[in-house]
Formats: sequence, C-alpha cells, structure tokens
Amino acid sequence: MQRLTNTAELKVLRDNLLQAQDPHRPIVRVCRGPGCLAVGADKVSQAFQSAIQSQNLEVKVQPLVKDTGCHGFCSQGPLVNLAPANLCYVRVKPEDVEEIVQTTLVKGAVVERLLYSDNGTRYKSAADIPFYRMQQKIILQNIGVIDPLDIHDAIMAGAYHSLAKALIEMSPDDVIRTVEISGLRGRGGGGFPTGYKWKRTVENARENPGPVYIIANGEEGDPGAFMDRAIMEGDPHAVIEGMAIGAYAMGVNQGFLYVRHEYPIAIRHLAAAIAQARALGLLGKNILGAGFDFDLQINRGAGAYVCGEETAIIASLEGRVGEPVTRPPYPSQQGLWGRPTVINNVETWANVPHIIDHGAQWYADLGAPRSTGTKIFSLVGKVKNTGLVEVPMGISLGALVEEIGGGVPGQGRFKAVQTGGPSGGIIPYELKEEFTDYHFHPPDVKPADKMELSVDFDSMAQTGSIMGGGGMIVMDDHDCVVDLARYFLRFLEEESCGKCLPCRLGLKGMLEFLNNFSQGKGAPADIDALESLGKALVDGSLCGLGRTAPNPVLTSIRYFRDEYLAHIVDHHCPAGVCRDLITYRIDPEICNGCTLCAQTCPQVCITGANQQLHTIDQDACIRCGACMDVCPVDAVVVD
Amino acid sequence: MKPARQDIEIILEQYPRHPQHLINLLQDVQAEYSYISAEHLTLICDHVGVPVTQAWSVATFYKSFSLEPRGEHEIKVCLGTTCHLKGGQRLVEACERNLGVARGQTTDDLKFTLDTVKCVGACALAPVVMVDEDYLGEANMVILKKRLEQV
Ligand SMILES: Cc1cc2nc3c(=O)[nH]c(=O)nc-3n(C[C@H](O)[C@H](O)[C@H](O)COP(=O)(O)O)c2cc1C
Ligand code: SF4
Ligand code: FES
Ligand code: FES
Repeated sequence: MQRLTNTAELKVLRDNLLQAQDPHRPIVRVCRGPGCLAVGADKVSQAFQSAIQSQNLEVKVQPLVKDTGCHGFCSQGPLVNLAPANLCYVRVKPEDVEEIVQTTLVKGAVVERLLYSDNGTRYKSAADIPFYRMQQKIILQNIGVIDPLDIHDAIMAGAYHSLAKALIEMSPDDVIRTVEISGLRGRGGGGFPTGYKWKRTVENARENPGPVYIIANGEEGDPGAFMDRAIMEGDPHAVIEGMAIGAYAMGVNQGFLYVRHEYPIAIRHLAAAIAQARALGLLGKNILGAGFDFDLQINRGAGAYVCGEETAIIASLEGRVGEPVTRPPYPSQQGLWGRPTVINNVETWANVPHIIDHGAQWYADLGAPRSTGTKIFSLVGKVKNTGLVEVPMGISLGALVEEIGGGVPGQGRFKAVQTGGPSGGIIPYELKEEFTDYHFHPPDVKPADKMELSVDFDSMAQTGSIMGGGGMIVMDDHDCVVDLARYFLRFLEEESCGKCLPCRLGLKGMLEFLNNFSQGKGAPADIDALESLGKALVDGSLCGLGRTAPNPVLTSIRYFRDEYLAHIVDHHCPAGVCRDLITYRIDPEICNGCTLCAQTCPQVCITGANQQLHTIDQDACIRCGACMDVCPVDAVVVD
Repeated sequence: MKPARQDIEIILEQYPRHPQHLINLLQDVQAEYSYISAEHLTLICDHVGVPVTQAWSVATFYKSFSLEPRGEHEIKVCLGTTCHLKGGQRLVEACERNLGVARGQTTDDLKFTLDTVKCVGACALAPVVMVDEDYLGEANMVILKKRLEQV
C-alpha cells in the first residue's frame, strides 16, 4: 500500500477505488457476527467461497463474497445479503448455498424459501423488513456492508474522509467546539457531555504542559450487550478515525484501545485495521502530511467488570490491579501516568467522524433535544426480533420493543425491560401514573399506544434505571424480577473489587435478603430494610459499581413490590422461576411416553414405561429442570 | 494436533520492557500454555520490571488468568443476563453433572475445563456455550454432548 502524503491523495484513492468498481457486480455479504457464527455462518461463508471459485459460473462478472460484521437481525442468522438487489436471505445453511449460487447469482431469480417472512408476507428487500425499516442507521451504516479487514472497502464507504476534513479545514478548537455543540453525550452509560470533557482536558493540559492520552473503552462489561463488539468487529476504522480526530483536537500522540479479552475477533480486526491505517499513513508520523503524529495500541481487558470503570482501566493499563480510585482527581486532570486523559466509549468515538462530516447542527437535530443522535441497542430476551438496532434517541420504548422487536413471542406477555445491565434497572411495561414524572417522547415521533417512555438519557434516569451501554433485555411473565435482581447482585458481589466497605458488605447483605426471598423466606418489613441498605450503598460507595449496584433491586421493588410479597407472604413465585418455590409436573395430556426425561433425570426420580405416562417423584426431585429441557413435546410444566 | 508451543522467549520479545505490558504478556502466556506457571511468572516480571508480588496480585485479580494447568478443551457456558433468563444456569448444572466437575474445574484426564462467562455477545441466540473458540447457539445438553464427542 502506498503511503498517502496529503489529504488530496486520500480523495484520489477513494475516487479511483470507486471508479474501478463495477456497479453491477453481485456482492454476497455473509454475516460473521457473533450471533451468526453461533449458528454456523463460518461454513456458509466457506461454501460460498468454494462454490464461486470452483465453478466456471456462467455470469458476466464474478460475484464477490465478503465476510462482514453483524447485519443486526441476529435471531434470523446465518444471514446473507446479496447486492445490488439488497436481497436478505435468512437462516441460510451450507446446503442452501448451491441453490443461491445457481438461482440468484446465475439466473438472477429469488430463492423464495430463504426470504424472511412474517405474518404471510415475504420480504425481498432488507429495507422493507419492519425490523430494519424503523431504524435510523448512522453508526451501523457500514457494519454488515464493508469487509472489516479491507481498509480500501472502508475508504470507499467514506472512512477517514472526516479526519482529512478536520486536519485541513478545522483548528483543534473548532473540532472541540463542533463536538460540544452537537450535544454528543457519552455512550458508555453515564451520558457525560463529550465536548465538555475534551475541553476540560485540554485546559488542564495547558496549565500543566506534557502529554495527553486518549482511551477507547471497549470493555463492554454489561452481560447482555454487544453493540461495542459489533462496532469493533464490523467497522474498526470508525473507532480509529474518531480517536484520530479526537487526538488532533486535544494534541494527543498516543491512544489506547482497551478491549475485553472475550472479544478475540474484535481484537484481531482492530489490530488489522491499525496496521493498514499505518501503512496508508492514516496513523503514525505526520498523518496525511498535516504534521500531526498519532498512534494507537491495543490493550486487552482481563475479565473484570469493574475494569470498565475509567480509573480501573487506567490502573490496568499501568499494569496494576484494576481497582478504581477515588475521583477527583478525574482522569481529565490526572489520568494515565498522572497525565490528563480522556476515556470515551467505543460508540462515542464512532460518532465523532459523522459529526465532523455533517456538522454540529445536523447532529444536534437528530434524536431528542437533550439526548442528541442515535443509540445502538442490543435488543434481546423475550422478544421476537432480537439483534442490534440503531434508533434516534427519544423513540418510545413501546415502538422499540413492539414494532422493531415485534413484541413478545408465543404466549408470553410483555412484562418489563431491563436496561443498563447491572448498573441499570427494571422498567415495567405498564408505567403507572405515579411514576410518570418523566417527559414523554417528542411530538414528531409516532407514539406507540403503550409504553411511551421516551428512550433518552434523562427519561431513563428518571425511572430509576439508566440508559447504560445499550443492553435492552425484554422480560415476559415467565421471568421473575426477584430472580433477576438476585442474579445482578450475585454478579456484582463477585465483581466488586472489595476495596470499600459499603460495597463489599452491602452487596453481601443485600444478596442475603434476596436469597431468602427466592426461597420464600423473610417478612414484608425486610423489603424496606433491603431498600434502605440499597440506598446506603448508593451514598457510601467509592466507584460507580457500588453506587449503581442497587439499581436493579430498587427499581424492581419500586415497580414490582407485589411480586416480592408473593414470594415472601404466599411462598409463591408467580413467574415460576425461583427453584425453591416451584414444582415440576408432567402433563398427562401431552406426555407421549418417549422416556427421554427418565433417562436424563440425575435423581432417577422419573418413572414410567415406554409409551406410558411418566411421573416425577416430588420428594426426590431437586428441580434441576433437565426433564423440561429435554422433553420433545413440552409436557413438563412448572407449577 | 496442536502446533508446538511458542517459546516463552519469543512471546516476551514481542513486548518492550515496560510495566504497561504486564497484562498483555500474562494473556499471551495464558493463551499459549493455558496457564501461568511460577517459572513463567518470574520471567515475565523480569522482562517488564515489576515485582513478583505485584504480578501475582494482578494474575489472581483477573478472572482470565489461571495459575494451574487447564484442560485441553475449554467449555464456557454463558451466564450473561440473557442466557441466565433462558436457562443458562440449568445448562451449567447439567454440564457439572455430566463432566463430574464443578465450574472452574478441570476433569481428571485434563481433557475439559468447565467454566462460565458473562456474555459472549451472541445473546440473540441464548443460551450460548463456547467450546474452545466455537460458539454453540440455542444450546442444550443434547447439542453440547454431540459437540463434545467430536473433539
Ligand atoms: C463498574 C463500571 C463499569 C463500567 N463499564 C463500562 C463499560 O463496559 N464500557 C464503557 O464504555 N463504560 C463503562 N463504564 C463507564 C466508564 O467509567 C466511563 O464513564 C466511560 O467509558 C466514559 O465514556 P463515555 O463518556 O464515552 O461514555 C463503567 C463504569 C463503572 C462504574
Ligand atoms: S420426555 Fe416428555 S414425553 Fe417423553 S416421557 Fe418424559 S415427559 Fe413424557
Ligand atoms: S450476528 Fe449476524 S446478524 Fe447479528
Ligand atoms: S448473555 Fe449469553 S451471550 Fe450474551
């Protein structure tokens, strides 16, 4: 690759690449995001490669097969998209590939059975599928489209064009002002204004001259979220470019990408992208001949939730145990090696090139007034269409779950959503009047008839939850809020670094209450005691982990006190989840006597002859649920 | 067959001698040898210039490091939020019963280590299990058993 020595050469490169492209050349985009990989996308991709290489296809132009990042519609994976028609084939198996090649690539016809269909409608173009139609893709626009391992593909899609613009048309202060006016707020959960953080850091560095550092937070510790992963895997150049622009604005020469080690593909794609950007002179010394030096290094997280906290990241980068330290001083004052440091979330950085490209006002007009822009959510749990969605902030929660997500599948009833992971809360489907001290969505967004909570930083915070990184987990009536609150507490108790007393002991104490409740023990007054213990943690803990840890518990009590009472007073788990309060039973109407459950039961407490009704010995049953998981006809029911 | 292990020296030489590379080095050694032996820990410390006590506390603080040998294959059952709601807990218990080890432990024949993770980013297909680098979506014990027979 030839090093680019000025911004004009970048434009020439892009123009040449675009011109060399044949607009009629079919492109097969195989999703290799985590969801599709989990259902065999690898084999599909290989099947396409070999089918196209091995045959002398009777086509004018050889199709191009691209492995891409997540297409978003993960529940329908493996996904294959065919350009130029934007055909979307779902649940593609390696065996289907031959037919796709012959029918679509050679004859130009559609393989009807592989199209997505819903309620009798078959969707040919991905753009018409309701899941995609209602989204507004800005950060996701290249993800699933470009080959993340090919910088030329990214450049054709516009990568580094904003960096060039910033370098020649804008002063560093212009960049900071633009980001400030855009209203961009941090996507890592807290929603701190990004431009303001940058401004403060530069001011601190002026008072105390020396190096400034920037860090991308790719720890993504929320156990139910994968937006940052999708960005790093599917469009790594967006993060690199955003950081390079930030580096230019703040006079930074060295940046760090702190990435969770459970994301090996993200690490590989980022490393490749950095190497290619360096080779083109988009990173390193004298970037695009503008006299600006900036380089990036990847550091892997090592499996600790608390290491997503900014001071813990700094400790970890310095080779120390990832324990948070008291702020102030804030990283913008004394961060990495005591120097002013800016830490932004991966998605925050990926927003920056778009703001520079289209201007502050364009961005400020997107989304809601005090929460500008779009937000990516991983919409998962008990919802029909699961995957990654990008929507303008201010959309109603109902529209997100019911219209994009397609509602709760099967017989379930939509009960709540959990946002913000262990630091967030559980927001009920029916927000009763007394809780409506938040503002509703702006008038120009089509209201859904239910769940009109506006999805923006401030409205979410007013419910007692937080926007968080973007995990959005839909719960139905078979999910127990007491169990979920207990799950998060257990998670946090394990992940608490143990440094400060309120967090260490408080979490233990809270967990004890919940353990009792889940066994039907305790008294109603314990709920109040649990609440006040939670509030003590909010006030007394050192870092965000402890201060936000009670959120799932406090919100679930606030909105679902009845469910707590059912456990404690009636010794009953309405959702049928808490193990000590349920029994498994085999429905005689449904059981066909296949004997699978009896063979699986670890307690050997299921009896019944072949083709006869099976029964569970309740005294010996440990309620492991193995019979329910194995029963082919769903005859095992929970009471 | 696994390729021969990279020499520890080669791994060390990939990083400059600076404390900031401690965690990266621990990870590379963990990945290559599946655990960090006392001898390797000392070599790493000498290379990056941190006291052994500090490296030891780092290696025990982070979950991804193991100071004991691990099994040839790693089974990681996801217990992220979505997988929890979709029965991940039952799946780990089933694994524990089937392999005869508790989570975090390695089978006697050093073939499998059973572990849990908190979200591998494939929540849309919960519950998810990873066998080494492979993902299994919408997993259950039947699927997992079949997969384990292949390794
Ligand atoms: C316990 C804890 C875990 C956190 N985990 C993450 C994380 O996984 N990813 C992230 O971007 N921010 C996380 N944060 C927030 C960071 O501390 C920091 O505020 C954020 O990265 C700043 O970036 P932003 O302003 O772009 O959001 C966490 C905070 C706490 C207290
Ligand atoms: S597995 Fe189901 S159908 Fe088969 S015997 Fe057991 S309960 Fe009956
Ligand atoms: S992983 Fe393929 S659509 Fe998300
Ligand atoms: S919760 Fe299991 S993959 Fe995300």
